[in-house]
Amino acid sequence: MARMKFLCDSERCIECNACVTACKNEHEVPWGVNRRRVVTINDGKPGERSLSVACMHCSDAPCMAVCPVDCFYQTADGVVLHNKDLCIGCGYCFYACPFGAPQYPKESNFGGRGKMDKCTFCAGGPEEDNTQAEFEKYGRNRLAEGKLPLCAEMCSTKALLAGDGDQVSSIYRERVAARGFGAGAPGFDAAYKG
Amino acid sequence: MSNRSRFTWKAALFSALMALSAALVTMPAVHAAEGALDPNLPTNVQPQPATTDMWRDIRQGEPGYVSIPNDHAAVLIQSEGNSWRILRNAWVAPYGALALGGMILALAAFYLIRGKIRVSSGLAGRQILRFKTIERVGHWLTAGSFIALALTGLNILYGRYIIAPVIGLEAFSWLTVFGKWVHNVGGFAFMAGLALIFILWAKDNLWDRYDLNWILKGGGLLGLGHPPARKFNFGQKVMFWMVILVGALVSATGLNLLFPFMFVDLLGMQLLQLAHVVASLLMIVAICAHIYIGTIGMEGATSAMTTGYVDENWAREHHGVWVEEVTGVPNGKHHGHQPAE
Repeated sequence: MARMKFLCDSERCIECNACVTACKNEHEVPWGVNRRRVVTINDGKPGERSLSVACMHCSDAPCMAVCPVDCFYQTADGVVLHNKDLCIGCGYCFYACPFGAPQYPKESNFGGRGKMDKCTFCAGGPEEDNTQAEFEKYGRNRLAEGKLPLCAEMCSTKALLAGDGDQVSSIYRERVAARGFGAGAPGFDAAYKG
Repeated sequence: MSNRSRFTWKAALFSALMALSAALVTMPAVHAAEGALDPNLPTNVQPQPATTDMWRDIRQGEPGYVSIPNDHAAVLIQSEGNSWRILRNAWVAPYGALALGGMILALAAFYLIRGKIRVSSGLAGRQILRFKTIERVGHWLTAGSFIALALTGLNILYGRYIIAPVIGLEAFSWLTVFGKWVHNVGGFAFMAGLALIFILWAKDNLWDRYDLNWILKGGGLLGLGHPPARKFNFGQKVMFWMVILVGALVSATGLNLLFPFMFVDLLGMQLLQLAHVVASLLMIVAICAHIYIGTIGMEGATSAMTTGYVDENWAREHHGVWVEEVTGVPNGKHHGHQPAE
């Protein structure tokens, strides 16, 4: 079975934020919650680079390791999902996550954050596939429809790649070899080592 | 206005001359280089700045720019979270369990070897008031909330491995949501209790002239007789100041966890969460010994905190000087001459 991975090519990302918009629209993500974001390094200076980042669906996911109620699970495709019915909103996954992926709908006192929300690789959650209940909690389940994540599908420069890890890696390798520079895909090694 | 424009004209003229001379100098070199290269190669390629340093900075948490209001989101990769995870899961949790298990085993062993510490001169049958109502309220406010906080806190650290497999994830989630609420509210009861016992007992827990002797005799625990003490002996003083100081640390770090990111950044949250867990585990381990000696470990001790009264002989053996102060009757032959059983 495929091992799903994200890769963002910093030599191609033009900070258009289409991935962010596509994600918010596809999953009807509430205000204040950003499952995906674009970070620009050296903004306005020579060597400026942008990267789109969301949950990387890590091999050895730190969120899964620290969750006090064990609400995370990894699918056969390597996608890291969570069960919002179990989540207690403690915020530990946010402390552990290297990519700042976990988001919380509320920011109130006494640690009241509400149920954690994050990128699902467009793979929904533990509810039955493509039901209203699943959509309301986790957004659309495109993987169950045989489609890949919309952020990458929408990417106009094909900077953001999503899909089978081997294919993503070989596309990127070919690109780097052809252009002869820009082998940096930060986060890829951090997420998928080992 | 005219001065400024004249200056600008001069500057522009100077720049133009410089550019022209630079072009004249470099032109032949460029032509020479082009002649040596493959004519099919593109000549207008932008040089790529070295990016290695940039990626290293990103890996070390250097923030960039984001167009959303959340400043935290500007950091692409934070590696401290991994250290937090390793410290919590691979160090604090196992060693905390070891310390807690070790303390329980040590107390069990102590009970088996030393047995219950009896009142060696037998019970007198006369009761004297040891703790007033307000003192007992202070104790039980602190103790009751502490036990609730300890259990719900241990549940956050260990429940996933111990309780969840037994009752299932769904029931465990409900239990933990309830526990989190108890923990959040109970913290304030604990802080109130802590403040109350500090006000009531701090003056009785200062060093006095009986403490050195008490330390030298090992507190009478090892069967060397009962060294005299005032209201609190040195062992109790150590426990008192541990509760006050570690309790204050746990309270401060706990308040910070109740108001996430209000006082500190992400690294601060991670560090203070660890401090909260480590200090709490230390306190839980120490309090096990306190509960032991106040209940099954010693005859005549529990009533001090339940009814407030203790047997006079118990009081003369453990707090001889205090009894003299309270009753006005000298301790005389009662204290310290008989070894415990």
